[in-house]
Amino acid sequence: MDLMLEVNGQTVRASAPDETLLVDFLRDTLGLTGTHVGCDTSQCGACVVHVDGRAVKSCTMLAASADGSRVLTIEGLAATTGGNDLHPMQRAFHENHGLQCGFCTPGMVMTAVAYAADHAAPDEADVRAALEGNLCRCTGYQNIVASVIAGAAAMHAGKEA
Amino acid sequence: MLDNLPANPTGIGASILRKEDRRFLTGRGNYVADLKRPGMTFGVFVRSPHAHASLGAIDTEAARVVPGVLAVLTGADLAADEVGGIPCGWGITGRDGQPMKEPAHPALALGKVRYVGDAVAFVVAETAEAARQAADVVEVAYDVLPSVVNVLDAVRPDAPVLFDEAPGNLCCDWEMGDRAAVDAAFAGAAHVARLSLVNNRLVGNPMEPRAAVAEYDPAGDRTTLWTTSQFPHVVRLLMGNFVLKIPQHKLRVVAPDVGGGFGVKQFHYAEEAVVTWAARRLGRAVKWVCERSEGFISDAHGRDHVTEAEMALDETGKFLALRVSTLANMGGYLSTFGPNIPTNLYAPLLAGVYTTPAIHCEVKCVFTNTVPVDAYRGAGRPEATFVLERLVDVCAAELGMDRIAIRRRNMITADAYPYQTPVMVQYDSGDPVGCMDRALEIADWAGFPARREAAARRGVYRGIGISTYIEACGLAPSRIAIRLGARGGLYESAAIRVHPTGHVTALMGTHSHGQGHETTFAQIVSEKLGVPVENVDIVFGDTDRVQFGMGTYGSRSLVVGGTALSKAADKIILKGRKIAAHQMEAAIDDVVFEGGTFRVAGTDRTRSFEEISLSAYVPADFPLEILEPGLEEQAFYDPVNFTYPGGAHIAEVEIDRETGSVRLVSYVAVDDVGTVINPMIVAGQLHGGIVQGVGQALCENAAYDEGSGQLVAGSFMDYCMPRADMMPRMHVETHNTRCSHTDLGTKGCGEMGTIGSPAAVTNAIVNALSGLGITHVDMPASPNRIWRVMQTAQLPQAAE
Repeated sequence: MDLMLEVNGQTVRASAPDETLLVDFLRDTLGLTGTHVGCDTSQCGACVVHVDGRAVKSCTMLAASADGSRVLTIEGLAATTGGNDLHPMQRAFHENHGLQCGFCTPGMVMTAVAYAADHAAPDEADVRAALEGNLCRCTGYQNIVASVIAGAAAMHAGKEA
Repeated sequence: MLDNLPANPTGIGASILRKEDRRFLTGRGNYVADLKRPGMTFGVFVRSPHAHASLGAIDTEAARVVPGVLAVLTGADLAADEVGGIPCGWGITGRDGQPMKEPAHPALALGKVRYVGDAVAFVVAETAEAARQAADVVEVAYDVLPSVVNVLDAVRPDAPVLFDEAPGNLCCDWEMGDRAAVDAAFAGAAHVARLSLVNNRLVGNPMEPRAAVAEYDPAGDRTTLWTTSQFPHVVRLLMGNFVLKIPQHKLRVVAPDVGGGFGVKQFHYAEEAVVTWAARRLGRAVKWVCERSEGFISDAHGRDHVTEAEMALDETGKFLALRVSTLANMGGYLSTFGPNIPTNLYAPLLAGVYTTPAIHCEVKCVFTNTVPVDAYRGAGRPEATFVLERLVDVCAAELGMDRIAIRRRNMITADAYPYQTPVMVQYDSGDPVGCMDRALEIADWAGFPARREAAARRGVYRGIGISTYIEACGLAPSRIAIRLGARGGLYESAAIRVHPTGHVTALMGTHSHGQGHETTFAQIVSEKLGVPVENVDIVFGDTDRVQFGMGTYGSRSLVVGGTALSKAADKIILKGRKIAAHQMEAAIDDVVFEGGTFRVAGTDRTRSFEEISLSAYVPADFPLEILEPGLEEQAFYDPVNFTYPGGAHIAEVEIDRETGSVRLVSYVAVDDVGTVINPMIVAGQLHGGIVQGVGQALCENAAYDEGSGQLVAGSFMDYCMPRADMMPRMHVETHNTRCSHTDLGTKGCGEMGTIGSPAAVTNAIVNALSGLGITHVDMPASPNRIWRVMQTAQLPQAAE
């Protein structure tokens, strides 16, 4: 079917078979390979993107279902903060060694950004619960949790004043 | 403790942030599944749904007519093209002096299938969807045979036999140690403690599934394979030389960004060869991306031991002798390192940190109808540590001794190094008592009884457990490893290319797939050459760019590769001193190099690193008559010994009396990793390793159905991966002694978390349940298992 949606701030018009998953549409049709596929049972969260501001596992959604939506992927995240530098959550992952092999990282960061939007000062247990849909095999999660807490604080830092 | 305060802000000992992060954080990583090549086609494997079957006719007609299908290839096609079998990289020798049984391992099954997931055909099509549709209609005639998945069943006389040439399913009956000395010690012992245990089968599950893309360029007769590998040069050698017979200089293997390995990607897999063979046959690029559930039945698995262990003690709790007998599952074929893991990487670690004078270990490597078993993070050493540290707790309980006291009584003291064990290895350095004491302090071991009482008042069982351990990294030297069965060297390589501007590119024979080597190795260059890390790039993973190297596994990259890098830097410095001596009209011996500056000792005459670099390429003032221009050096380093990191891990758990669910409430690790290059990265390696070990202890289990041979834990729905909410905040720190034989004093840290943690957690669980008379619980400690154990336990006895 023919699709029209907004991806990372750009209007995209493309055609894809009806059964195309959103993740495959992003990766194969649009070449946005930052969104990853780590499983085939919607368990790992490597494919998390934002659809209309909500974190979504893009392997559980048809591209057709995203027709008319606003999709944000890891490639477009930094630009949402206005500059070309890293988004505060990306910077927090960098500064807290919240990534190792990098494969789960895009999904982790996108999940964390959506969570932190509503949680300015989560505690450790909150963050651990919020990450239940995202698997990481490298970090043991400890520095990811620290990253999310720091990133949430950074995302809300400007708003307090 | 080492004095690691960095003089150089980006040198050794600095927790600088990682150079590689930015591309991963912005979605610009370059993983194999991200690759697109001109005219690329897509391949899908047809895999056996049966654990054991004779392979009849394969009808490919229906598949061939699916629109877009280009080829349906089978084992018969491989044979017709004279493609070789997948080789094993280690050939061990049995106690009878006979080589292990090493049956042929065709890349696509021939005659028989031997596990669920064994590949029988490969479909290539214009699109992935067409390939999948066609794979579904490949008709394979199977004559199903009885199967066996458990090692205890596989060695029974009436067990189904996988290979005619391996009667009793025995690959090798292997031993290490002095049996007579052990028997004598047992005969005279005051006490013998015994333990039977299972080390549960695991699936490594790096988050990036395996993938391969291959392409053939007829113009240059060049073949390229991009693959998710920890050791591209070894894949080039094994696949090029033994399987596809492609000359090494005509074959390029690239492992770009790799999303985790943990051993799973350190083997040469049949899929790599089939994809490359198909690309050459078709003259088109071919891409295969493993699905996760396909990975569960085709990635090599780990562990899977059944063990009987006995310790002989005197009346004071001194260990006199250790006897271990293990059945190790090899799976349906021998994977690249398969037979080496439960033998050479297992028995030599059974001394642990103790002075046990006599040890004997026998291991039967057994074929079963399961996915091949090979190295998974730790590889043999977690299994040895689990046996020993569980058995030590059993010894303490049976003798009525304190668990710390019995360890202290038997521990190798810091002044006893170098220490020769009775199982081949000689430890060069360590301080296990120091690690243990520090861990006890941080974990407040002394305050545990009060915490247990408080938990009891809340109606939960609380337990504390310790595992003190040593491991061996950077398997070496080649000469000895080859005598033990290695069919390759175990050295490592590094080349340093100094550009005319003083910027540096270092080419490493190791890989990096999460370990942060682009940063760590740049720090070593920064330290040695006095250049900031921003001026250093680390290159690896491409056989066309990098000299031969053995890759990354067994915690070897820093200790072997890092030493090669240090030696290459020394060569650069020596050449720089020669150039500087010429320019400053001094004797070479009078020129020193410190902090990036060449100086005539005792004078203010200097040349900067950048000036010397430029002179090397613009040799106007240069001793051309005695020295070549240019500034590029290479080193291959073959270590004289393993390195021996170790430490003490303490876990504390609470167990729900009603449900049997185990909650890990505290985790402390104090580890000796030798010289630390980047403390932040070391802590990250420990965190990840510990959680993988906790996963084994609490939830991970690659369970097979005994009747059908089906892998019942075959997806993330069934195989329980640790998640963020399973862990408390860990406390990790180091208590380091310098390695005596690596240039920088490093010992490696990649696997220690996985080695120390299973026993620490299980000892805590047994401790929590000790009041019920429970002396051992197998892993994983699922709620179901613990609940059953509690139900069948004796009535509560006096608590410890």
